[in-house]
Amino acid sequence: MAVAKLVLAATSGKSSKILLGLRVLAFLATLSAAIVMGLNKETKTFVVGNVGNTPIKATFTAKFQHTPAFVYFVVANAMVSFHNLLMIALQLFGGKTELTGFRLLSIAILDMLNVTLLSAAANAAGFMAEVGKNGNKHARWDKICDRFATYCDHGAGALIAAFAGVVLMLIISAVSISRLVQPNKCSISTTAASTSVVP
Amino acid sequence: MAKLTKRIGALVLRLAAFGAALAALIVMVTSRERASFFAVSLEAKYTDMAAFKYFVIANAVVSVYSFLVLFLPKESLLWKFVVVLDLVMTMLLTSSISAALAVAQVGKKGNANAGWLPICGQVPKFCDQVTGALIAGFVALVLYVLLLLYSLHSVVDPFLLQKS
Repeated sequence: MAVAKLVLAATSGKSSKILLGLRVLAFLATLSAAIVMGLNKETKTFVVGNVGNTPIKATFTAKFQHTPAFVYFVVANAMVSFHNLLMIALQLFGGKTELTGFRLLSIAILDMLNVTLLSAAANAAGFMAEVGKNGNKHARWDKICDRFATYCDHGAGALIAAFAGVVLMLIISAVSISRLVQPNKCSISTTAASTSVVP
Repeated sequence: MAKLTKRIGALVLRLAAFGAALAALIVMVTSRERASFFAVSLEAKYTDMAAFKYFVIANAVVSVYSFLVLFLPKESLLWKFVVVLDLVMTMLLTSSISAALAVAQVGKKGNANAGWLPICGQVPKFCDQVTGALIAGFVALVLYVLLLLYSLHSVVDPFLLQKS
């Protein structure tokens, strides 16, 4: 009886359509963040000195691989977008599979794990980008954004997409958890309702 | 009887998480070192890096929240809200640790491509205390993940173990 209520609540039209839309948005956001940061590279030649009258030029490259936080950012965004892709495929093509209690639980737990992963990645990259943009005069670290403006702009775009993805994933996670709770709320028996409140 | 042991276990876990977050907060705030080389005096404080300030604020929020939840009465309806708040606190903890680790790694190893020199050679005690604070923050994170799983299990009953 409870299993039937669970399946009914989980496959009900409205919440699963909203969830699908949110997942598509989150997939696009995280995928674009991963791609933009993954292709982030800028090469520039600077004049580093003068020997007599001829200037010496040196070529410097700014790549995302130079900063471990950005590498983690790309990997985490790729993982989260892959997770969202799997969930979208499950919802679109697994129409007749019953969403039993354990499957709903595993979806909710995976969503929570991905939310924390994505928030950690976005935050680490955000703070490293802040150091790159403003420098740190206490540690005598020069800022690099005045010299590699395009690199910084692309990085900022990727960060914005990732933070949008974090907000979307948080909402998705809340919706997934609420789909777990729904059958208890709909249940007419009082014992289920009272036992669900006592921790 | 089983419910009582579960409840005591959850309380102990939350107390431990509160302690760990508080320890991370205190160790980071008291990390301070003054070093002088050549004629320049350099003082390293946690407020020098924005990521460390965020770490302190996040751990303060988590400590206050854990302390308040310790006193939540058993039959309160707020326990369902505690699940969502536990998730938000876990997110705060992971993001603060991740950001502080990213910046601390640059402080320890430097970044040759950007021309940033490591500073741990000049202020080793500051680096050690920051490392200790990060370890305490990581312990708080692990405890919070366990707490999140426990709250989800107790409030939502996902395995439908209780007969309706």
